[in-house]
Amino acid sequence: MKSILFSLLLWFCALPAMAALDPAVVKQLAADESDDKIAAIQQLAASADKDAARVLKALSEDALFVSGDTVYLLDGEKPVDAASGALIQPAPESYDAITINNRIRSELSNAIAALRLFNPDRAVRLAAARELQSNAGIELVPVLARALAKEGDPEIKALLKLAHAQSSLGSPDAGLRLTAVEALADSASANAKNLLLPLLDATNEPDERVRKAAKTSLKAIESSLALGETVGQIFSGLSLGSILLLAALGLAITYGVMGVINMAHGELLMVGAYATYFTQGIFRTYFPAYLDWYVVAAVPAAFLAAALVGMALERTVIRKLYGRPLETLLATWGLSLILIQAARVLFGAQNVELANPSWMSGGVEVLAGMVLPWNRIVIIGFTLFVLALVWVLMNRTRLGMFVRAVTQNRPMAGCVGVPTGRIDTLAFGLGAGIAGLGGVALSQIANVGPDMGQGYIVDSFMVVVLGGVGQLAGAVWAALGLGIVTKFLEGWAGAVIAKIAVLVFIIIFIQKRPQGLFALKGRFVES
Amino acid sequence: MRTPFVIRFLSAMPRSGWIAMALFALITLVVMPALHLFMPTDSPFYVSNYVITLGGKLMCYAIVAVAMDLIWGYAGILSLGHGVFFSLGGYAFGMYLMRQIGTDGSYHSHLPDFMVFLDWKELPWYWAGTDSILWSIVLVLVVPALVAYIFGYFAFRSRIKGVYFSIITQALTFAAMLFFFRNETGFGGNNGFTDFKRILGYDITSPETRVILFGLSALVLMLTLLLGRYLVTSKFGRVLAAIRDAESRVMFIGYNPLHFKLFVWTLSAVLCAVAGALYVPQVGIINPSEMSPANGIEIAIWVAVGGRGTLIGPIIGAAIVNLSKSYFTVAFPEYWLFFLGALFVMVTLWLPEGVVGLWKRWTKKGQA
Repeated sequence: MKSILFSLLLWFCALPAMAALDPAVVKQLAADESDDKIAAIQQLAASADKDAARVLKALSEDALFVSGDTVYLLDGEKPVDAASGALIQPAPESYDAITINNRIRSELSNAIAALRLFNPDRAVRLAAARELQSNAGIELVPVLARALAKEGDPEIKALLKLAHAQSSLGSPDAGLRLTAVEALADSASANAKNLLLPLLDATNEPDERVRKAAKTSLKAIESSLALGETVGQIFSGLSLGSILLLAALGLAITYGVMGVINMAHGELLMVGAYATYFTQGIFRTYFPAYLDWYVVAAVPAAFLAAALVGMALERTVIRKLYGRPLETLLATWGLSLILIQAARVLFGAQNVELANPSWMSGGVEVLAGMVLPWNRIVIIGFTLFVLALVWVLMNRTRLGMFVRAVTQNRPMAGCVGVPTGRIDTLAFGLGAGIAGLGGVALSQIANVGPDMGQGYIVDSFMVVVLGGVGQLAGAVWAALGLGIVTKFLEGWAGAVIAKIAVLVFIIIFIQKRPQGLFALKGRFVES
Repeated sequence: MRTPFVIRFLSAMPRSGWIAMALFALITLVVMPALHLFMPTDSPFYVSNYVITLGGKLMCYAIVAVAMDLIWGYAGILSLGHGVFFSLGGYAFGMYLMRQIGTDGSYHSHLPDFMVFLDWKELPWYWAGTDSILWSIVLVLVVPALVAYIFGYFAFRSRIKGVYFSIITQALTFAAMLFFFRNETGFGGNNGFTDFKRILGYDITSPETRVILFGLSALVLMLTLLLGRYLVTSKFGRVLAAIRDAESRVMFIGYNPLHFKLFVWTLSAVLCAVAGALYVPQVGIINPSEMSPANGIEIAIWVAVGGRGTLIGPIIGAAIVNLSKSYFTVAFPEYWLFFLGALFVMVTLWLPEGVVGLWKRWTKKGQA
């Protein structure tokens, strides 16, 4: 025993660069028959050895050579024995590259992918597992089983499970197939479903037990898929709702609280989005190392930019039209046209490119096969932040108190010394700034261009009107409700019909309840 | 004592108005067509194809503007959804024009090209009978009237007014636009209807057809104006203005504003639809972008520029805005939106009575 260990030790010491592969198998790679080569490749793949990967890679690149009895590859410039890893000296005079045909090549790529499953780098393993999804053959079952046992990452594990089941299904052994089918029950993916569907048919699956198991597994997959779909729809509904809310929240202040019909609201979103773009440009030039965090810096920038534009509009135009809502509507529409054209002149008519920061890309997997993208999650969180900000500003600050006082009773507020004119400007600036924050969020998920705001104006007004004018809480419920309803309708009627249905619903709803979901009571109700 | 109808009708307009209208009729029904048809093309008096088309288009817009003024200027209802009624009229008549193409389309099928493209085998049910011009005219009048009546009935019954009404009409036009954008709706989707060949068997691009359409537009415009004048000078018009100024008081006196509003709203929609039906053969295309919210709100600015509540004002406003549009989009395409935007702002800030108001102020100053 000791001697064996010792000799093993010696053997390892002698070959520091490479652990040995079976020289006979390596030699077989140079065989004349394709079948022999394939057998050798499969054997190497099954070994799950790091060096096997190197040899197979060389083979796939036509860089594996044979000279007499030695199969070797080039390590840099130096020839090394493929099996032992030992340096060959002197370099062989005459040699042939081992040639492979297409059949071998496809086997080879599978074998390489299987070997990459043991790579320490997660990304490499993930890519390899993806590669093996559609074409893993029966010969890979042992490798996949071993990889599966070792794998810790849930996403890769799910993929491996699928690949393992798929390769086992090709096995002539009914017992193996049965376990594979049973194992598929808890992998909720459409691929697993497609894999099982043909097994229900007796022509594809002779064994009765396997057929039965396939049926139960299918049922399990279908129910978890349905659950995943519902969860997904609720999530995307929430996501759409939070976007609607961000777009509408500013309007809920300017229209809902102050009663100003601001048709240029969409353009304030655009100002916020362009401010984000501008911030990105500054980061790119001056702080390229922190480029990932430009979005954070863009939040105050967009707020200020939109608030300044908003206050300028209020001072120059809107102020003169208080109490004349229809005229305000037309004038602000004119302002929106001017802002759109100004953006076109300043930044060009094309959409501008905004990079998604790396911490916002990717996603988190909540259920098997259901990934929630980070950028949507961040936006939902951002919406909560903005909501909290608005609530604090309106209910816990002096400015908020003044705004509420002016909207409730303007002359009385003026009598007790509230500078009503300045409060109007500030409140409008606040609403505009919130719209700018919405623009930051939109810049991460939608196109940023001069007329991006136009698409949100109808939606924003719908949210505010549905929620009830003068009610911030109403806007929140309306936005979330609209978001979720729209997404569920989209599920079974398509995007356009869903949109139309929602608009028609709102039109009918407003006629039934003109005061919106949350009606003001008592003395606020006028005429 | 009851005034005879003719007297009552003639009193709808002052003498100067009748003279101006006669002059307008002379120019549009006799002079321009004659100059277009019988002058050699190199003569300085020749009225070109372009002018005839532009003129016809402007008169269609003017009809829309008058229709808009009837509800906005006299009943205080600002609709941002009149593009829908205009387009419905256009589409209804466009169906007839599409059927008139016959088998001359690119696919030589008896179906319109876009249906062949969608691999449809037969016409959908709502296309039935559209090869008859009479049925198309019925559609032009009835479909928008129905849509307007139903929409208006519910809106006015729940006493939605002011900005609320404006916003839901905008939602209406937006929803309608999305609906017509769908290919499956059966109205040509994105591209709408175009490539018309014939109308009543006559070549749609021939000078004679164009002149007739031009004259027809002028005629309809004059009739619209007369009808509008007749309405607003009648007792009906008085009640309407009263509703605009103080709806609650009108109700306390004992009128039900619903019927008054509903009537003028539906009438306005039908007038728009007629304008749309006249517009499509002259311009040669109708597509869903006619229903975009931006278009609906532009109609309002024609009326505002000309002067609300004057009927003649909107016609002038439509002409001013659209002529400037034709000029700007060719000469300074960059500045057109600046101009239009500034127009919106300036008219609402400094010209609440529009060009007509300005004119009145000037002439008064001259007298003083």
